Amino acid sequence: MAETPERVELIVSSSPHIRGPENIPKVMWTVVAALVPAGLMGVYFFGYYVLEVIFLCVATAVAAEAACQKLRGRSVTVNDGSAVITGILLAYVLPPSVPWYIPVVGAAFAIAIVKHTFGGLGNNIWNPALAARAFLQIAYPAPINSDWRSLHEAGFLQSITLTDDKGQLVHAVTRATPLFKEAGWEKYDYMSMLIGNVPGCIGETSAIALILGGLYLIYRGYVDWRVPVGFIGTAFILAQVLPPRIETPWANDPFYHVLAGGLMLGAFFMATDMVTSPLTKKGLAIFGIGCGLLTVLIRFYAAYPEGVCYSILIMNTATPLIDRYTQPKLLGGGKTAPGGKG
Amino acid sequence: MAGFGGLKSFRGGVHPSDDWKSLAKDKAITSAPLPETVYVLTAQNIGAPSKPIVAKGDKVKKGQKIAEATGFISAHVHAPVSGEVKEITFRPHPVTGASTPTIVIQRGDDDDWAPGLNKETDINALSQEDIRNLIKEAGIVGLGGAAFPSHVKLSPPPGKTVDTVILNGAECEPYLTCDYRQMLERTGEIVEGLRIIMKCLGVSIAYVGIEANKADAYDKIKSAAGGDPSIKIVLLEVKYPQGAEHQLIKAITGREFKPTQLPLEAGCVVHNISTTYAIYEAVKWKRPLIERVVTVTGDGVENPGNFVTRVGTPIENLLSLTGIKKDANKLIFGGPMMGIAQSAMGGNTVKGTGGILVMRGAETWESHACIRCGKCIEACPYGLNPSYLSIFCEAENFQGAMEYNLMECKECGCCTYVCTSRRPIVHLIKMAKYDLGRQKARAQAKQKAEEAKKEVATASK
Repeated sequence: MAETPERVELIVSSSPHIRGPENIPKVMWTVVAALVPAGLMGVYFFGYYVLEVIFLCVATAVAAEAACQKLRGRSVTVNDGSAVITGILLAYVLPPSVPWYIPVVGAAFAIAIVKHTFGGLGNNIWNPALAARAFLQIAYPAPINSDWRSLHEAGFLQSITLTDDKGQLVHAVTRATPLFKEAGWEKYDYMSMLIGNVPGCIGETSAIALILGGLYLIYRGYVDWRVPVGFIGTAFILAQVLPPRIETPWANDPFYHVLAGGLMLGAFFMATDMVTSPLTKKGLAIFGIGCGLLTVLIRFYAAYPEGVCYSILIMNTATPLIDRYTQPKLLGGGKTAPGGKG
Repeated sequence: MAGFGGLKSFRGGVHPSDDWKSLAKDKAITSAPLPETVYVLTAQNIGAPSKPIVAKGDKVKKGQKIAEATGFISAHVHAPVSGEVKEITFRPHPVTGASTPTIVIQRGDDDDWAPGLNKETDINALSQEDIRNLIKEAGIVGLGGAAFPSHVKLSPPPGKTVDTVILNGAECEPYLTCDYRQMLERTGEIVEGLRIIMKCLGVSIAYVGIEANKADAYDKIKSAAGGDPSIKIVLLEVKYPQGAEHQLIKAITGREFKPTQLPLEAGCVVHNISTTYAIYEAVKWKRPLIERVVTVTGDGVENPGNFVTRVGTPIENLLSLTGIKKDANKLIFGGPMMGIAQSAMGGNTVKGTGGILVMRGAETWESHACIRCGKCIEACPYGLNPSYLSIFCEAENFQGAMEYNLMECKECGCCTYVCTSRRPIVHLIKMAKYDLGRQKARAQAKQKAEEAKKEVATASK
């Protein structure tokens, strides 16, 4: 007979006594890894200053997260990678040449106001990076929206040179997005838009890098395909069928619409944020379709040429409502929705 | 419902490692030495506890009834050994933790059966009622862990028809192997037990559901059934909780019923392998339920094994057979998904104890706010929203939790297993159910007191 140790300290806890392989840091750092290709393309096309912007965003986000958690008397969990994601995503939706204080103010706003006033990770209503971008657009309209030509002349963004259809060299980066209508300019070719050799924000231009990162997250099970497919698919269809308010060379060109602006970044990395999107598969499909619909409506009929940011923020707001009407179906039928609704 | 690779399956569920079974899977069943003292709890079943009918100092024989059922959903308890009743005291129940009247028996020299027991019967001569009575008299309860009195399952109420018997050979809890070993070593008896159940219910179709990782058990049962067209052996996907009644019935028959309903609603009766063997013993040999196979396993023991164990055996006796590692730090009654962690080594087995799992390096997990990844909803085999339930229960918003079908949760643990935020969802749900139960009890007590007050007031007028 084997001997029983004299004293064994037993852990008493509720079942189950084993856990699966997933945890928050694993999910978050995988998302960070999936974002890297798009960032590298940004550095390649827009220059090394982009790295400074990304660094400022991430450093401020992490510092703000630690400070907020300390102030709230919570354990500091900056190692989980969620603040890093917010920092990277914010950098990716900023113009490549923003003055240094904009990333700092934006990242602090994203973490302190959008995330922690609602209770921190898991409790925020809106995607922190996008809400910060919306805030910056109002607070600093010039550097975010239109003042790109001067930055170009100041020495930024030299790598993008394009020729127009007459073979003449054109300063490509004089506008915030390929969706901005400018006299004398037609539109970009699909290949440039796919690899990212077009004007735009730091991490949004290279569709191929974003698609690759997004597909990896779908493969790992951290992104549900219904969101990007619903988002991109709806935008693709509606861009073809809806009559635009302003005549543009790319009006009703569905390929141009899905490749341009922030749509790929939004569809694969913003709308898929777990915290601010619905819980169920059905809810996620509705969410993705809603994002696509609102994006096209804003692009076609509102004052802004781009609508991805606001479409996702509006759908974030609708998430609790979508949850309410897309509850899972109880086994064997019966009451599934809350409040006795069938 | 066809699942992966054409195997029958269900919606939801999780896939914990299958390797853990290998610890005890090839260990043939052996008999544990008889304990010097057994601790027989009077609450060994779901429903009403039994009432002791022996007193301190009484001599008892093995198999003698020592506590009587106190209602329909209740089961008799028998002396697991011959000897003398040392005392009737209180011991903590290993599953509920409640202080429970316990008959302590000091083992005597002989191991002889009480008179009238251990006699072969001619099954063909028995009526359905006879079978039911034998099972009831033997004190058999569901040995898969839930310990629901078996004679109740075999007495469908008027208006309910049972057309299918399902033998649960899934054994989906990781680590546990007692049913698997019995399918290999007690094959004939189990098939005979299944025929007894079919006869008792007058049912002509039976299925034996076996997970695909136990292909040898599948082959053995199949050959033991000998081409009997009324017994169908079904291979099931290896997925937890494949052996839970709702999932087993869905996988095999495609029928669904609500989590709070019994298999009767789907015209089915499900029995576990160990229970079926006990039914065979009771009906064929008039042997009450006094022993069962217990898997003692886990990385915290030196030599895992499957032991025939008398009911009420001290855990320490079993652990001395397997040896326990110095850094073992968790002792669980049952499997890792639904088992109950024990606070001490001093407990004893009950009828429902099919496994004792000893873990080393067991972790505790820091819980975070839900990040709404939705994995729990995908995993829940009952179609619940564990994310919302955990948030409501944590906030003690019981009304909200009830709206989201709190009471339909079977605490299978899938949600908690997959939870990215490491939330103790099942724990929160159990706590909420407990608090609600207490609230209800308090409200009832208050109402009673007020009624009594009124009576006094009217009487004194």
